[in-house]
Parts: sequence; structure tokens; C-alpha cells
Amino acid sequence: MKRGISTLAVLTSIMLCLALYFALAQPDWPFGTPTERTMGYVQRIFYYHVPSAWTAFLLFFINLGASIVYLARRSPKADIVALVSAEVGVVFCTVVLVTGPIWARPVWGIWWDADDIRLQSTLIMWLIYVSYLILRRVSTSSLTAVVAAVVAILGALLVPFVFFSIWFYRTQHPSPVIAHGGSLDPHMAFVLLFNWAAFLCLAGLVCWTRYRLEIAKREVEEAQALESLMETSR
Amino acid sequence: MNPDPQHYYLLAAFLATWAIHGTYLAVLARKYKKIRQEMEELRKSS
Repeated sequence: MKRGISTLAVLTSIMLCLALYFALAQPDWPFGTPTERTMGYVQRIFYYHVPSAWTAFLLFFINLGASIVYLARRSPKADIVALVSAEVGVVFCTVVLVTGPIWARPVWGIWWDADDIRLQSTLIMWLIYVSYLILRRVSTSSLTAVVAAVVAILGALLVPFVFFSIWFYRTQHPSPVIAHGGSLDPHMAFVLLFNWAAFLCLAGLVCWTRYRLEIAKREVEEAQALESLMETSR
Repeated sequence: MNPDPQHYYLLAAFLATWAIHGTYLAVLARKYKKIRQEMEELRKSS
């Protein structure tokens, strides 16, 4: 298992370095990426912004699946998967919410559009998952995991809305670039998908590390509880 | 590279991304260290 993690860590490092190179490479560099005509060089934020959003959506979807499994079977492993996927998903969603305004400022002339449904719904989705993590952290009730699973299922209802909002509403936010009539340059599409693959490797590595950490934490807590019980019975 | 003001936005976005991931990884490393210490204490006490 340790070897698998080391392999994934090496693969992730190589992928992220290559992804960064592809995202920044000028068209005249070896394996250079074309620069978008209207937005110019700043459009390359797209190679971090979009894959981070897709990774966050995927992790929130995993969180939904794990929460349903937990409610059905009360499996502690499913509970840990739900916690880990939400936590790492929030990290990626934070990247989306930070890089979005940095991209919007030079292109739209504003940092944030309060009337844009994609932007608002993404912020609300982030707040829901942050609330989920706060609930898990501060609540000491034995029902915390159950309540958190219910919150996760309700929160997940917003995820498809956020994803498809640009398909159904006219917003300042750009329309889909790959599906739904999107026409992305094939080279740009390759760089986008390569960056997504690199971010997926990173997410997989971080999730696995966090999963092992949570298992170790619960084992230590159990051992501490057992020890204090033995001390009081002496 | 062109000395274009757009480069600052691009740089800011990429740096912000790695700052967020780096901060999270630092938090995980701190948690790992704390758990290792607690495990060591448990081992000593038993």
C-alpha cells in the first residue's frame, strides 16, 4: 500500500509539473498552448479554474454516495469517505471561488457579479459544505454522523443546479466549452483535460492521506477513551 | 514573455491556487504530527 501511495505521489508531481508547463507555455515554446484571441494570456487561468470546479463537483458527488451508504449501512468507512470528500471538495471549491474573481477582474472589469446565478449558487454550495464540516467538527452528539449525512444529501441537491446553471440561464459566466455546443480548440481541450487529470491525481492522493489520518485519529481516540475508562475503574 | 498587466492576474490566480493547496497540506501535516505524538504517549503509558 505504501508503495502505491509513493507511486501516486510521484505520478501526481510529474503530472502537476507538466500541467503547469502546458498551462503557461507560449505558442512558440515546445508543446506550446495557443493563446485565446479575445481574453489573451489571462484566459490561461481557465486551466486551473475549470478542472478545480470539476474536481470539486466529483468530490461532492462522492460525498453524496458515501452519505447514502452511511445512512443505509451505518458503515464507519463510508462516514470517513463522506468527511474526506467534503473536506477536499471544499478546498477545490475555494480555489474556484478565488481564481474566478481574479479572472473576472481583467475580463469583465469587476471582481464579482451579484446577479450571476452561477457565481451565487457556487458560493452558496461552498457555504453549505463549510457548514457541513463545521457541524462535524463542533458537534459532540452521537447522532452527528447521521445529521451530517442528511445535510450532505440535502446540500448535494444544489450541485447539479450549479453545474447546469450555465446551460439554462443567460449569465455573465461563459457557456460550457466542451459539451452543449461548446467549441474549444483541440489543443486547449487537451491541456484542460490534462490539467484535470493532474488535479484528480492530487485529489486522490490528498483524499487517501486524509482517509488514513482520520482512521488513525479515531483509533487514537478509542484507545484514549479505553485508557481513561481503565483508570477510573482502578 | 510579454510584460503585460494580464500576467499579474494569471500569476495571482496560480499562486492563490497553490497557496490554498499548500495551506491545506500544512494543516494535514500538523494533524499527522499531533496524532503521532498522541500515539507515542499512549504507547509509553501502556
